[in-house]
Amino acid sequence: MKLTPVITEHWDDPELYTLDGYKSHGGYEALAKALTSDPDSIIATVKDSGLRGRGGAGFPTGLKWSFVPQNDGKPHYLVVNADESEPGACKDIPIMMANPHALLEGVIISSFAIRANHAFIYIRGEVPAAIRKVAFAVKQAREAGLIGKNIQGSGFDLEVTVHAGAGAYICGEETALLDSLEGYRGQPRLKPPFPAVAGLYASPTVINNVETIANIPYIIDRGVDWFRQFGTEKSPGFKVFAVSGHVQRPGIYEAPLGITMRELLDFAGGMRPGAELKFWLPGGSSVPMLTADHLDLPLTYEAMVEAGSMLGTGTPMIFDQTVSVVKAVTRWLEFYKHESCGKCTPCREGTYWITGVLEKFEHGNGTTGEMETLTTLCGQIAGRSFCALGDAAATPYPAAIKYFSDEFTAATHTSADEQFDPVASYVFSGVRA
Amino acid sequence: MTIVNHNEKIDTVNVVIDGIEMEVPKGTLVIRAAEQIGIEIPRFCDHPLLTPVAACRACLIEIDGVPKPQPACAQVLSEGMNVRTQRSSEMARIAQEGVMEFLLVNHPLDCPVCDKGGECPLQNQAMTVGRPDSRFEGEKRTFPKPINVNAEILLDRERCVSCARCTRFAEEIAGDASLELLERGAQQQVGTANDEPFDSYFSGNVVQICPVGALTSASYRFRSRPFDLVSVPTTCEHCASGCSLRTDYRRGTVTRRLAWDDPEVNEDWSCDKGRFAFAYLANGRIESPLIRENGELRSASWPEAMHFAAAGLAAAGTSAVLVGGRATVEDAYAYSKFARIVLGTDNLDFRARASSTEEAEFLAAHVAGRKLDVTYTDIETASQVLLIGFEPEDESPILFLRLRKGVKRGVSVHTVGPLYSLGSEKLSAHWVKAKAGSEAHAISGLDSEIVGALDSNSIIFVGERAAASPGALSAVSRLGSQTGARIAWVPRRAGERGALDAGAIAGLLPGGRPISDPTARSEVAQAWNIDADSLPNVGLTGTELVTAIKQGSTSALVIAGVDPSDLPNGDELIAGIENADFVVALENHHSEITQRASVVFPVAVVTEKSGSFMNWEGRSKPFSAAFREALTLTDAGVLSMLASAMNVQLNGDTRALRKELNSLVPWSGPRTDVNNHEVHAPAGTTLATWRLLIDSGVMQEGEPHLAATARPSVVAVSAAMFEQLGKPEVITVTGPKGSITLPTQVAEVSNESVWLPMNSPESHIYAQLGCGYGQAVTVKGGAA
Ligand SMILES: Cc1cc2nc3c(=O)[nH]c(=O)nc-3n(C[C@H](O)[C@H](O)[C@H](O)COP(=O)(O)O)c2cc1C
Ligand code: SF4
Ligand code: SF4
Ligand code: SF4
Ligand code: FES
Repeated sequence: MKLTPVITEHWDDPELYTLDGYKSHGGYEALAKALTSDPDSIIATVKDSGLRGRGGAGFPTGLKWSFVPQNDGKPHYLVVNADESEPGACKDIPIMMANPHALLEGVIISSFAIRANHAFIYIRGEVPAAIRKVAFAVKQAREAGLIGKNIQGSGFDLEVTVHAGAGAYICGEETALLDSLEGYRGQPRLKPPFPAVAGLYASPTVINNVETIANIPYIIDRGVDWFRQFGTEKSPGFKVFAVSGHVQRPGIYEAPLGITMRELLDFAGGMRPGAELKFWLPGGSSVPMLTADHLDLPLTYEAMVEAGSMLGTGTPMIFDQTVSVVKAVTRWLEFYKHESCGKCTPCREGTYWITGVLEKFEHGNGTTGEMETLTTLCGQIAGRSFCALGDAAATPYPAAIKYFSDEFTAATHTSADEQFDPVASYVFSGVRA
Repeated sequence: MTIVNHNEKIDTVNVVIDGIEMEVPKGTLVIRAAEQIGIEIPRFCDHPLLTPVAACRACLIEIDGVPKPQPACAQVLSEGMNVRTQRSSEMARIAQEGVMEFLLVNHPLDCPVCDKGGECPLQNQAMTVGRPDSRFEGEKRTFPKPINVNAEILLDRERCVSCARCTRFAEEIAGDASLELLERGAQQQVGTANDEPFDSYFSGNVVQICPVGALTSASYRFRSRPFDLVSVPTTCEHCASGCSLRTDYRRGTVTRRLAWDDPEVNEDWSCDKGRFAFAYLANGRIESPLIRENGELRSASWPEAMHFAAAGLAAAGTSAVLVGGRATVEDAYAYSKFARIVLGTDNLDFRARASSTEEAEFLAAHVAGRKLDVTYTDIETASQVLLIGFEPEDESPILFLRLRKGVKRGVSVHTVGPLYSLGSEKLSAHWVKAKAGSEAHAISGLDSEIVGALDSNSIIFVGERAAASPGALSAVSRLGSQTGARIAWVPRRAGERGALDAGAIAGLLPGGRPISDPTARSEVAQAWNIDADSLPNVGLTGTELVTAIKQGSTSALVIAGVDPSDLPNGDELIAGIENADFVVALENHHSEITQRASVVFPVAVVTEKSGSFMNWEGRSKPFSAAFREALTLTDAGVLSMLASAMNVQLNGDTRALRKELNSLVPWSGPRTDVNNHEVHAPAGTTLATWRLLIDSGVMQEGEPHLAATARPSVVAVSAAMFEQLGKPEVITVTGPKGSITLPTQVAEVSNESVWLPMNSPESHIYAQLGCGYGQAVTVKGGAA
């Protein structure tokens, strides 16, 4: 399969981030088209395209938009989730840095479709460069009359607010994001009501990922058939894959959904010299790991689920034979423990407990009994926590034990660092401390 | 489906829980429905009066067709739902067990030194649904312990299970949102911003609803084990809200008080005064009768004191009875009878505070004998609420909470007065600004929009302070008849409403019967088994009565529960008592009165007697003695003995008194209207003042932690007056008697008034200023 640069097509143009740069490649033509059509027809187009959310869950975008009650007399909001904090995920930030106007054009069209007059872009606070780029794009768009009152004479008004997060992974969870945006401590909200009915300031709100929204101008511009020529029936379109780890050329590869990991790996130059793939994760630390046996599976929402994993954010992490699975799983759990918001018992206490036990394994002090305990503890979290962060935290260990139980058994007497020289796994492994 | 309840159709759904078929109202939560059929699902964050958060996950249950277990506390039942709890679902049982195991991971399990041990939901539910032993071997999270969230409430953070009950209570119920969850993960903890105290009149409730021993009160901490306590239901004696409380005691000493669930009145809540102010019950009590001999009080036996008192009263001239606002209904009724039958006088009043003839007329016309005309529940559905001379948060805290509930449901509140308080803010009230003392003007000048919206579904709450604002009560009366809005009078003290109905005020016999009305007289005479002609004619009340005592035209006095410093003319009363021929005092603590009385009889406090209080709604709130073995006599008991020493038979038995009073059904005959009283607000700046909930009241003595939660004594002025005074840090307010200097607080105050607390540390209005609410004062920046 070939790469299909769409969102990433003109990233070699250093001026793409400016309004003129973006326009020189046909930018904002979709907007002109959208503003003269019926908002409902835009929703229908997005529905027909089959576009699925790129934030991780893969929820059909058009369907989500159609849940927004119309003519309800309340203000509507569009919120772009640009909190990208998932370990391994690095696609939204590059999109915002290189092609912020694609996002913005998507924001304007999407807001028009759902009848929102105020959109918010909630950007991970740790990346000021991305925040600056998007804020600059908003400024240019406003000056050009693409944002504000009566956009291009259409009678449609839109305000766009760029908001910086304060450094919490949980604020990427859509309802925690809304609380954070409203000025509260970011913790997930009880559903129902769902955001589409009562979201930001208790008004109908659509929350979409950066990449999801950046898809919109292209779908509107080029049409459903064009979009559906890529991907599969259940996973139509293309995806900004961000490949990281022990590959020759880690980076962004935009390709149709359904491309295999083996093909992507080739685009990324293969494993680093002398290295052999040990395990990989299709999309962030929250999805179960896979092995070399799964390299030929299509990267689609459905195939990944069938293989016991998930496509997630579509940002594959590749690990070679130098990596200790015990250590990797421990690091991830330390992350979830650190990021658990504390609201619900299973995640708050479970991540605390599991991390402590994993750290014992890392130091070669685990017991076989504790391997069993870890399995049950993960079972006590999965499906019982308040939000998906708990489920995510319960994911790495069961997946790891499925393929690499030997390493955990070994970790009952030998530390992870003794099993695997940590320096060997460094990207610059030639350089010793 | 629908079921019909109180003639109201309720939509219902049919569901199955653990195989039991049920029909429940639409919107019912699984956890509530399960309770109804005796199935207890474990829970921590759930509280029936708080919005669900589904945070603790202890209540997970299985629903047919739903792959994951769901929280019963947030799951609304829908038609046909088949629910399986831990009783019939392995999935639910295992899920609950897992959560319980997690809850104990970071819990110290220090039950042997924890106040909650023995009554702890965590302990209990860990035993019923938890594993027999823990698999957790790691290190538990710890915190320095304990920290104060305010002077009365302590927090041991390591025991907290993050259920957010306390924080939701603070925000949703009390409206004091400063208690919050902070940090995240296992470090999540309860706290306040910048470690400022959790400033709330309702803070004790969080101790009661905390499902573990994380929140404790300074007054009870480490004092007792719950299983060593005897619990009795009681009624709070502090204010006219009429809260049901639970009194816990051990070996004859009250160790704590808690709110008792009373859905009609206080729901599950109480204020901090009701909860923590009980040290006075035991401290400094008068132990035996005292008689004055050669100018000195000395102990005497009961028979000796009785004879002494009987002889003294018989020998004296015209007499009067003053019973403070704290008597039980039965005791007040005994005073009412004692005055009329034994002393043959109608010189009688229960209003040991600023009062007026206008108020007496108002009470006779609108309040006496009218029960449950307006109730707490009515507030929730009222169209509009008007507050006049009434500060609910300070003066009837539970009414304040119910108002908040109403406001959340869309009730709009207007407050007429000189200060837009913190409480008004928490009610999102609309302020009808009035100079203190000129409320009548503000009422007659009310916006036509407000008046137009008043209807029979509106409520006008008028506080006892309105008595100090000439013309206010007659204006309220007029507004009521003009619009059909219902009028509710809310006194501060627990005994006032009952004393009114018991006829403990000149001019009114029990049940609101005018003493001047022949039918009323004969009804009462029949119940009392006396000749109607022997009933006295209308006597003196309030200020006139005190003046009469001072001037000596009334020379014998039976006085109980009166603190002269509560009266605007307390000095007159003291002078009168000093000059009187004979003074009989019934008291449980020494006071300025007992020091000057001819004879003093000790009487029972609420824990030692049964009785009832009638709250502002006119609802009877009976209670029985906590200490049944107590030997102290009720006021009625003492009066009965005294009567018999004066050869009159007067039953002093509480039950008999209650029965007799109840047989005197409320007066249905004609009532006199309130006269139109002249409005004469003084020129210049007037004094705005009321008693803060937590203040220098004598019944709050002995509880320093509670006292430390009091709001500071300040002088509140408007920004304009502040400007005009030269932005001083302290302000001096001067009345006829003297001055008070206190720190300045700029607030929403009428430009023509200045506000100070009535009876707080360094601010005792009557004693220091010599004037009261609505009277002229001078204001000056800086110290005197
Ligand atoms: C702990 C957690 C973190 C998340 N972080 C992000 C994020 O950074 N960006 C994002 O788009 N979605 C994130 N999500 C998913 C969002 O909740 C939500 O599903 C998504 O923004 C919806 O957008 P989409 O439909 O366009 O995918 C996160 C979810 C969880 C549970
Ligand atoms: S699973 Fe629970 S504790 Fe974890 S982040 Fe979600 S709500 Fe917070
Ligand atoms: S302190 Fe108590 S009530 Fe408050 S969150 Fe913790 S356990 Fe719950
Ligand atoms: S509100 Fe009144 S009755 Fe209730 S607890 Fe407080 S003081 Fe007692
Ligand atoms: S009681 Fe249901 S989640 Fe806490």
